[in-house]
Amino acid sequence: MEEEEEEEEEEEKRKCCGVLSVVIMPYLGSEDTVRELRRALTNPNVQSDLLRYRNTILKVIRAMSQGVDVSSLFSEMVKACATVDVVQKKLVYVFLCSYATLNPELSLLVINTLRKDCQDPNPMVRSLALRNMTNLRLPSLVEYVEQPLTAGLRDRAACVRRVAVLGWAKLYNLQTHSDIDAAVVNELYSLLRDTDPVVMVNCLRALDEILKEEGGVAINKPIAHHLLNRLKECDIWGQCEVLRILQRYRPQSEDELFDILSLLDASLVSPHPPVMAATLSLFLSLCPALPTVTLAALERVRAPLLATCGSASREMMFAAICHIQLLLRSLPGLMGAHYKRFFCGYAEPAYIKQRKMQVLMELVNDDNVAMILDELKGYCTDVNTDTSQAAISAIGRIGRSYSDRCLEILTGLLGLKQDHITSAVVQTMRDLVWVCPQCSDTVCLAVEGCEETLQDSQGRQALLWLLGVYGERVSSAPYTLEVFIDGVRSETSLGVKMELLTATVRVLLCRPAETQDMLGRLLHYCIEEETNMSVRDQALLYYRLLHCGIEETRKVLQGRRSDPSLGVLIGRPAEPVGQWACSFNTLAPLKQVAVETESTSRGSPEHVTFDRKPNTDLSDTLNCGQDETVHSGSDPDVLPPSPVVPLSLSLSPALSPAEFERLWLQRPHVLSEQDSVKTEEEEDYLCMEERVRCPEILHCSTQSLQAAMQLVNIQMLAFTLLFHTNRSRLGKYGLVSTKLTLHLQDVSPQYDCTGNHRRPRASSLLRLLLARSPATMSGALNPGSDTVHGHGRRLAEMSFTTA
Amino acid sequence: MISQLFILSSKGDHLIYKDFRGEAGIDVVSVFYEKVTALPGDQPPVVMSHKDLHYVHIRQGGLYWVATTTQDSSPFTIIEFLNRLAALVKDYCGSLSEKSVQMNFALIYELLDEVVDYGYVQTTSSDVLKNFIQTEAVSSKPFSLFDLSNVGLFGAETQQSKVAPSSAATRPIQSSREQGGKSQIFVDVIERLSVVIGSNGVVMKADVEGEIRVKCYMPSCSEMRIGLNEEFSIGKSQLRGYGAAVRVDECSFHQAVRLDEFDNHRILRLCPSQGEQTVMQYQLSDDLPTPPPFRLFPTIERDNGGRLLIYLKLRCDLPPKSATINVSVSVPVPKGCVSFSQELSSPEQSCELKPQNRSVVWTVPRCTGGTQLSAVFKLEVPGLSSASMLEVGPVGLTFELPKVTATGLQIRFLRLSPVQPGPSQRWVRYVTHSDSYIVRI
Repeated sequence: MEEEEEEEEEEEKRKCCGVLSVVIMPYLGSEDTVRELRRALTNPNVQSDLLRYRNTILKVIRAMSQGVDVSSLFSEMVKACATVDVVQKKLVYVFLCSYATLNPELSLLVINTLRKDCQDPNPMVRSLALRNMTNLRLPSLVEYVEQPLTAGLRDRAACVRRVAVLGWAKLYNLQTHSDIDAAVVNELYSLLRDTDPVVMVNCLRALDEILKEEGGVAINKPIAHHLLNRLKECDIWGQCEVLRILQRYRPQSEDELFDILSLLDASLVSPHPPVMAATLSLFLSLCPALPTVTLAALERVRAPLLATCGSASREMMFAAICHIQLLLRSLPGLMGAHYKRFFCGYAEPAYIKQRKMQVLMELVNDDNVAMILDELKGYCTDVNTDTSQAAISAIGRIGRSYSDRCLEILTGLLGLKQDHITSAVVQTMRDLVWVCPQCSDTVCLAVEGCEETLQDSQGRQALLWLLGVYGERVSSAPYTLEVFIDGVRSETSLGVKMELLTATVRVLLCRPAETQDMLGRLLHYCIEEETNMSVRDQALLYYRLLHCGIEETRKVLQGRRSDPSLGVLIGRPAEPVGQWACSFNTLAPLKQVAVETESTSRGSPEHVTFDRKPNTDLSDTLNCGQDETVHSGSDPDVLPPSPVVPLSLSLSPALSPAEFERLWLQRPHVLSEQDSVKTEEEEDYLCMEERVRCPEILHCSTQSLQAAMQLVNIQMLAFTLLFHTNRSRLGKYGLVSTKLTLHLQDVSPQYDCTGNHRRPRASSLLRLLLARSPATMSGALNPGSDTVHGHGRRLAEMSFTTA
Repeated sequence: MISQLFILSSKGDHLIYKDFRGEAGIDVVSVFYEKVTALPGDQPPVVMSHKDLHYVHIRQGGLYWVATTTQDSSPFTIIEFLNRLAALVKDYCGSLSEKSVQMNFALIYELLDEVVDYGYVQTTSSDVLKNFIQTEAVSSKPFSLFDLSNVGLFGAETQQSKVAPSSAATRPIQSSREQGGKSQIFVDVIERLSVVIGSNGVVMKADVEGEIRVKCYMPSCSEMRIGLNEEFSIGKSQLRGYGAAVRVDECSFHQAVRLDEFDNHRILRLCPSQGEQTVMQYQLSDDLPTPPPFRLFPTIERDNGGRLLIYLKLRCDLPPKSATINVSVSVPVPKGCVSFSQELSSPEQSCELKPQNRSVVWTVPRCTGGTQLSAVFKLEVPGLSSASMLEVGPVGLTFELPKVTATGLQIRFLRLSPVQPGPSQRWVRYVTHSDSYIVRI
C-alpha cells in the first residue's frame, strides 16, 4: 500500500520536474529530488540550453532554501559556475557559499574560475567574483584570495573597491591568529579618502574589525574632520556608521566641540530615525560634561521622536516609544504637553499599548490627569487581558498621587464582575493601600463580595491579605474567610493557603468570637491532613504561637498596615543623563521588561513570594547582590573577582541553607554591635553594618543606588559611601563600607538567622520577620526541598523555645 | 551589523535565509519560530534574544522579516533596514506576499547580495541597484478578464481607460524595461487619521499623519516638480486669517528633495529614483480644518426580557460629493453574549458577532457624505446586570476615504522636465485611512 503511494508520489514529482514551474517540492523524499536534479544538471542537452540550465539551477537553490540537503550536488554546481550568464553565476555562487565549508577540497576547483573572473573587463563580474571568493569562508583558500584582494583595493571601479575593503575584514576574521599586515592597514586608512562614500564607510567598518584588539579604528583629528565633512555624501546607513565611529573621538578644545555640534545639528532633526538616534547618541557621548547642551539636544530631538511615534511601521513606533521612556527618566516633563500622542490606537498590538500606558503614567500632571484617566479607563475593558490588567495597574499607580479619582474608577470596575479585571483591581488596591493608608476606607467597602468573581491565586491572595489586615473594618471578613476555609481541601495554590492561615489568625485577633471556630478547623486541617510541608509548618507555627498567649501573637502578627513613607518616595528623582546614555540606541531599552507595571506591586509586603518574576529592570542600575552582602563576612579571597561593571541587585540570590549557615557563623562580630538595637522588639528596622565588596569603578551616584535599593524595599536612612582603596590586597577592587538600614519587608529571608549559639538574637529577628510577613519568610525558606524545609522548621521551633 | 537575515511565512516556512557572517548556524531560524509560537497574544515583541543572539523582526505582507544581530546595534537602523528591504522586495516583485517571495527567491537572494555585504548595509537605493540586478521578476498575477475590460471596442478610448486600474501600481519596477511598459508615475497623498471622540461628543484628540509617496516606473526621469497648495503653511504661527489655509504642525522631506522653490511657491523638486519613496511626511495634531468624518450617537438600554439593546446612529459629516468606503464599526459587547439579532437600514450592510474579539462588527460598504445610517442590535446576554452596560466600551471605526485628505492638502500640478519622450502617464491619488477612530460611549 505504502509502496504504491510512494510510486505515485515519484511519478508526480517527475512530472513536476519536467515542467518549468514553481511547484514546491515536498520535503519528503529529498533523495529523489536530489537524484532528479543531478540527472538534469549532468544532462548535456540541458547544459547546452542556457535557459533550461538556469532553471535547473534555480530548482537546486529552491530546494536548498526549503531545507533539503543538496550538498551532494556540489561538484555538478562547480561545473555550472563556468558560464558567461551572470544570473546563472550568481545563483551558483549562492549555492557554493552555503556549502563550501562542507567541501573544502572541491572548493579549490572554484577558485580558478573566480580568479579568472577577477580579471574580467566587466566591473560587476569582478566585484561578484571577489565578494564570493571571500564569502566561501575557507581558511585553506586564503593564499589564493590575497592577491586579487590587493588588486581589488586599487581597482578603478568603486563597486570592486567596496567589496575588496570588506573582503580584508572577512579574511582577517577567518584567521584571527595571524598577524595583521601593516601594509593592508595603511592602505585601508588611506582609502578613507576614497572618492566613493561607501568605500570610505566600508574602510571604517573593516578597520574596526581588523583592529578590534587595539580598540578599533583610531580616530584622530584629521580623520574625524574628514568624516564630518563627508557625512552629507553618505546615505543614511553610512551616516549611522560614521556617527557611531565618531563617538570615539574626543575633541581637543571646546571650540572644536561646538563646531562639531553645530555641524551635526541638522542630523539631529533628520527625518530618518536611525540618523536622528545615532546623532543624539553621539551628542550624549561628546558632551557629558555640558548638561545644558545635552538638555538642549534632548529638547530638539523631541519633535522627530514624536514623529517616529506616529510612524506607519509598528516596530519603528515601538522603538521610538521605548527610547522616549529612557529620555523621560531624566526629563520627566519633556513630553507632558504631548500626552495625547501616547493614547493607544484602536488596532495596535498589545506590546505597544502596554508601553504607551507606561509612558502615560509618567506624564500625569494636574492638567491632564482627567484626560489620561478617562483614556486608561477605556483600556480596562480591552479584550486582551494583559492590556486590561496593565491599564488597571497603571490607574493604581496614578492613584498614589490622585487617589480619589482612581479609586472611583477601580471600584466601578469591580461592578463588571469579570475575574481577570477583579483580580487586577484587588491586587492594585492592595498595593495602593500599602502606600496610601487614607484609601483604606474605600477599599474596605469595595472588597466586600469580590471573592465570588475571583479565580486566580494572585487575586485571591491579595484579597486575603486585605481581609487579614483590615479584618475589623470589613464587616464580612470572617464569613468570606469561612468560604475559603470550607474550600481549603480543593485549594491548589500554596500561596493562597498560607495567606489564608495568616489572614485567619489576624482576623482572630480583632474578631475572636466569629473566627475562633473556623481557625480551629483550618489549623486542624493544615496540621493533620495537609501534605505540603510549608503550609503544615506555618500552621504549626501559629498553633504554638497561640499557645503562648494572645498578646504574644498580637506582637508577632500585627505589623504595620501601610508604609506611607514609600508614598513620599514615589516620585523618583530625575536621573542624570549619563545613567542611560550608554544604552541609548541599543537593543537594551526595547527588551526591558515592563518596569512600572511590575513595580506597582512592590510596595506590598506579601506580594511576590512564590513566583517572583525576574526583575531585570534593575540590572543596569545596580549590581551588588544580596548574596555578596552575605558573603562579605567570609574571606575575600574565596570570592572570584567579579569584574561586572554595571552594578545590579540580585533579587533571588541562590544560596543554599547550609552555605548560608556557614556564612552566618563566620560573622558574629558584625552583629554583636547591634545587639542593643535589635532586642528592642518595637524596633522596625534592623541596623547592620555591611561590608559590600564591589568594583571600585562605581559610576552610579548614591542617588541611583538609593533608587535601586528602594525598588526592593531597602530604605536607607543614613547612607554613606566610603571608598577605601585597598590596592595592596584587593587589587582593582575597593572596599565599600555602607551602612544600610534594612527595612525588613521583602528581603527578610536572606538576612535572618540560624545558628544555635546566637539564639536570643535569632528569635528576636525571627519575630520581626514574622511580624512583617510570615508567608514571605517561610515561603522563601521552604521552596520545597526537604533539607530546606527542615531548616525552616528548626527556625520556627527555635523561636518558640526561646520566646 | 546584521549577522543573519531570514524571511519566514506566518506558518513558519523558510522562504529566504542568508547568513552574512557565518557566526551562527541555521538552527536560529527554528529557535526564532519556536519563540514566536510559544508566546500568546497577537504579536511577539520586536526584540527577542536567545543566548548571545538577538532577533529583531518586523511583520510586513504577512511575513516575518528577521535579522539577528548583537546587543549594541541600533534598533532604529535595523528596523528601518528591514522596512526598506521589504519595500525593495515589493518594488522588484510587484507585491508583497508569501507567494511573490516564494516565486522570486532568486531575485531576492540577488538583492540581498548587493544590499548587504558581511552584515553591513551597502546601499538600498534603487538607482544604484538597477545596474546590478539581473534577474527578472516573476509576476504572480493570474490572467484576468477583468484587465481586458479597460480596453475599448476596437481599441477605442473608453471612459474607463482614463482611470488607472488599482493594480497599476503593483507591478515590478523592472519589467518596464523589457516589456516596453508604460512609463508611469504615481503620486499618492496618504493620510492616517487618529481620532478620539468623548462620550459627550467632544473631539478629544484628532491627529493626522500624512505622507506624499512617489512611485516611479520611469527608466529615466531627470526632474519632477510637485506643486502643493499655495496656502500651505507649517507650524502654528504662520496661520493666516481666513481662507482655505492648509496647515500642518511638522513637516519633513526626503533628503533628495530640493526646497529652493518651496518657500515662495510651495513646489517640491526632486529626481525620483525607480520604485517607491516617501517624499514628504507631515503631522497635524488637534486642529483639523474639517469636522471628523463620522459621528456616532449610541443608546444602550435593557429591555424587559433581559436583553441588551444597542441603538447606533452613524452620521457621515463629509461633503455630499465624497464618500467613505469599507466602513466597519466594532462595538464591544458584554462577555457572555451568546446570540444577537440586528436591524440594519439597508440590505448591503452586514453585521457579525465575533466572540473571540467580544464585539459586534457592523460593516457598511459605502457611505456618502451627509447621510445617516442606523442599526439596532439586540443581544442575548445570560445574567445581564446593570454593570454589564459598562462593558459596552469604546467603539472603534475603520474606514477609507478615497479622494479626500483630512488636512486639505492638494497637489496643484505635477510636471516632469524635460518632457518625456513617448507616452507617459502621471497619476495623483488621495486617500485617508482611519488609523484609529474611537468613539467613547
